[in-house]
Amino acid sequence: MRDRLNRLALNVIAALLAGLFAAAVTSLILWARGDSPSFVISQMWHYGTQPSSEVTILNSATVYYLSALAVAIGFRMNLFNIGVDGQYRLAAMLAGAFGGAVALPTGLHQIAIIVVAMLVGASWAGLVAVLKVTRGVSEVISSIMLNFIATGLIAYLMRPTILGHRSGANDITTEPIPRSGQVPGVNLISSAGTKVYGLIFLAIGMGVLFHIVVNHTRFGFDLRATGRSSSAAQASGVSVKKMIVITLLLSGAMAGLVGMPALLGDSYSYSSITFQTGLGFTGIAIALLGRNNPIGIAFAAVLWAFLDQSAQILDINGIPKEIVQITQGVVVLSVVIAYELVRRAALARQQRRVGRALATVPAEMEGAPA
Amino acid sequence: MAAADQPAVTGPVDAVPAVELHGITKRFPGVVANHDIDIVVQRGHVHAIVGENGAGKSTLMKTLYGMHKPDEGTIVVNGKQVTFSSPSDAIAAGIGMVHQHFMLADNLTVLENIVLGSEPTRGGVLDVRAAREKINDISTAYGLDIDPNELVETLGVGDRQRVEICKVLYRGARILILDEPTAVLVPQEVDELFANLRELKSEGLTVLFISHKLDEVLSVADEITVIRRGTTVRTVHPGEVTAHQLAELMVGSELPVPELRESTVTDIPELTVEHLTVRSEDGRAVVDDVSFVIHKGEIVGLAGVEGNGQAELVEAIMGLRPTESGRVQLGDRDISRWQTRERREGGIAYIPEDRHRQGLLLEAPLWENRMLGHQTQRPNVRGFWIDGAGAKKDTRRLIAEFDVRTPGIDVEAASLSGGNQQKFIVGREMSGSPTVLIASHPTRGVDVGAQAAIWEHLRDARAAGLAVLLISADLDELIGMSDTLRVILRGRLVEQVDPSSVTPKQLGAAMTGAGAPLEGSAAS
Repeated sequence: MRDRLNRLALNVIAALLAGLFAAAVTSLILWARGDSPSFVISQMWHYGTQPSSEVTILNSATVYYLSALAVAIGFRMNLFNIGVDGQYRLAAMLAGAFGGAVALPTGLHQIAIIVVAMLVGASWAGLVAVLKVTRGVSEVISSIMLNFIATGLIAYLMRPTILGHRSGANDITTEPIPRSGQVPGVNLISSAGTKVYGLIFLAIGMGVLFHIVVNHTRFGFDLRATGRSSSAAQASGVSVKKMIVITLLLSGAMAGLVGMPALLGDSYSYSSITFQTGLGFTGIAIALLGRNNPIGIAFAAVLWAFLDQSAQILDINGIPKEIVQITQGVVVLSVVIAYELVRRAALARQQRRVGRALATVPAEMEGAPA
Repeated sequence: MAAADQPAVTGPVDAVPAVELHGITKRFPGVVANHDIDIVVQRGHVHAIVGENGAGKSTLMKTLYGMHKPDEGTIVVNGKQVTFSSPSDAIAAGIGMVHQHFMLADNLTVLENIVLGSEPTRGGVLDVRAAREKINDISTAYGLDIDPNELVETLGVGDRQRVEICKVLYRGARILILDEPTAVLVPQEVDELFANLRELKSEGLTVLFISHKLDEVLSVADEITVIRRGTTVRTVHPGEVTAHQLAELMVGSELPVPELRESTVTDIPELTVEHLTVRSEDGRAVVDDVSFVIHKGEIVGLAGVEGNGQAELVEAIMGLRPTESGRVQLGDRDISRWQTRERREGGIAYIPEDRHRQGLLLEAPLWENRMLGHQTQRPNVRGFWIDGAGAKKDTRRLIAEFDVRTPGIDVEAASLSGGNQQKFIVGREMSGSPTVLIASHPTRGVDVGAQAAIWEHLRDARAAGLAVLLISADLDELIGMSDTLRVILRGRLVEQVDPSSVTPKQLGAAMTGAGAPLEGSAAS
């Protein structure tokens, strides 16, 4: 218990130090450009804490959180699902088309759309799993490839003759989802005038579910055991192939949810132009930052969303907002290094503690001889 | 140091010892790893340092190689007192170390590996010719027989070790430290290594040889220093002691003897293997038509040189490896089609050969390791849910009952010593009243105290009716602990020998297929 608390504290400190380091690097770059770091930071803080910004941050964080959870499921088993991006885009597109095409009562309609999205995401990830367990194809390669295939498939399916629907001058979307399938926003920040995605509660629920399944179920134990040592897990009776398939299916199903908050709470249709892309890759960075832990990921997602949103003010002041991407990149790199250092330090410290605790035992045991 | 080091100082030893260690003490926070170490190593000697795992041999060698500084004591090399603050200082003083785990880059050639870090250059370019000449000279002078142009990945273990030795000699070492050099070698390669060592010795080099294999030490060393609990106990000449006496010096008390008391063998078959054949990926029969029966209360020993199908047979019995034909029966149930998990739930316990790879989650706490392999059974789970409290409670019982030395159950498995890890695994596998135990090298790499404890647990379980398949490279253990002894050679069970009459020598001959059929043997 003491070890665990120590380690938690160390991890928090490591994350904070990595954040400070990233801030320092960013400041240095700003300073080299001739900008005042303190001015930039205060501008960003001021803008990022506006009520309307806070809503945007929560909304982005919701999507980032789901994406990072999808990645984290795989990471906990040493599986690198780089394909979350393709999985969520294809899922959002098909679920959007489905939602626009069917007429169902409120309640059932939303659930049906979400289930379709999860099924599509899971199937797309399932291809990765099948390739891996039957042909030994690295999931990294196949999931990246499937991202591109998803892009092509979406472009094909979005043709007006198939699932597309011409809206406006040059945008093609899926058939809009009627009111019965929409999820209304919630008024979390009353002064903002805009609403937070209703599906933020789905994201929170998924985080709780993730924690319970990974830490408190037999399945979660098998998952963690396989992640720590697949050979030991196999010898203990875990069918590693089966675990690979199940884990990738779960990861893909979670990825299917990534597009839902925006689809059901904002755009109501999938648009090949305006629907946000690249969330799957952001999810990888956030999962790393949050140590694949549902609470850590929550903090990481909010931080990431805050940086995204508060950077919007920079262009007005003549500072490229891409500076924030440097901050984000440095924080991920330094946090990965910091966690590894903490891990080693904690292990060394524990070994010393074990040595210390046992140092007296042999002496008592020895007694008679020597 | 250069002047005094001319070769050809065979015969009587130089007056100045190569290495003298006086009063070396090294403390780590809370632990004294070495105290009051006194060793004098004569030039041109092979000086063995023996001791149990954890006795402090490696710490001492790291001190001598400059990897850390001693807290007290002096190091004298060739008559001059030295202080090393890094291995490069030790190398400069002519000391080289060959680590137990080789540090070679597979994708480079032998030459590139050897010069790595001390490349000879001409005009800023690697001088391949000079390097090759120097390596060839070293290779010829010491009979190392290495080809500088070969890729390291194509080399066997013995060759790699010679490359490591050459690498150290290339840097001008006159004093070589070899850390457990024979641990990775097969007997034939050990003989070759010893021939190399004699060659080195005859050229006036000094070898410090760390080992716990006493027979080897006795055959190659000129002097032997025994280390126990961090300090030097005695220095002896190989002529004066037997392996048994040496072992007792190492342990500080009498050695446990592997033996079974009265027979507990029943006539109820518990594990039946019939005509089992397993093919490797290239189609070779690695387990070839193997049949045997283990009865309740019986320990069947399986003797064989490593790589003759033992590992594959075990994996096939555990359901970890697909079989081509044949069947496995547990009690009267045919389990040939069962998954590993069903077999474990059915009552087969498994002590794997490689505890780090297959037996433990090194970075998980002990109580989670207690669940491993039993993660579908009480007290670890309750239905769908993990029962953390139940698992922790049983882990406490386990560490008390099996004398696992640990300050707690939240400690990660990686923090325990090898012997304690093994006792933990044995304890875990004995939990949940198994009916069959597959024990691969159950006492490999553990100290004699733990070894005796593990044997005692095996005897108790056997008396309680456990059927055990015992695989071991330790022939004394096999002979002493088996009711029935089978020999496996190239995937086939070739002989059955009587453990009460066979000697290790005869058994060794049977394992290589060299010996004439033994008395009372029955080809199967």
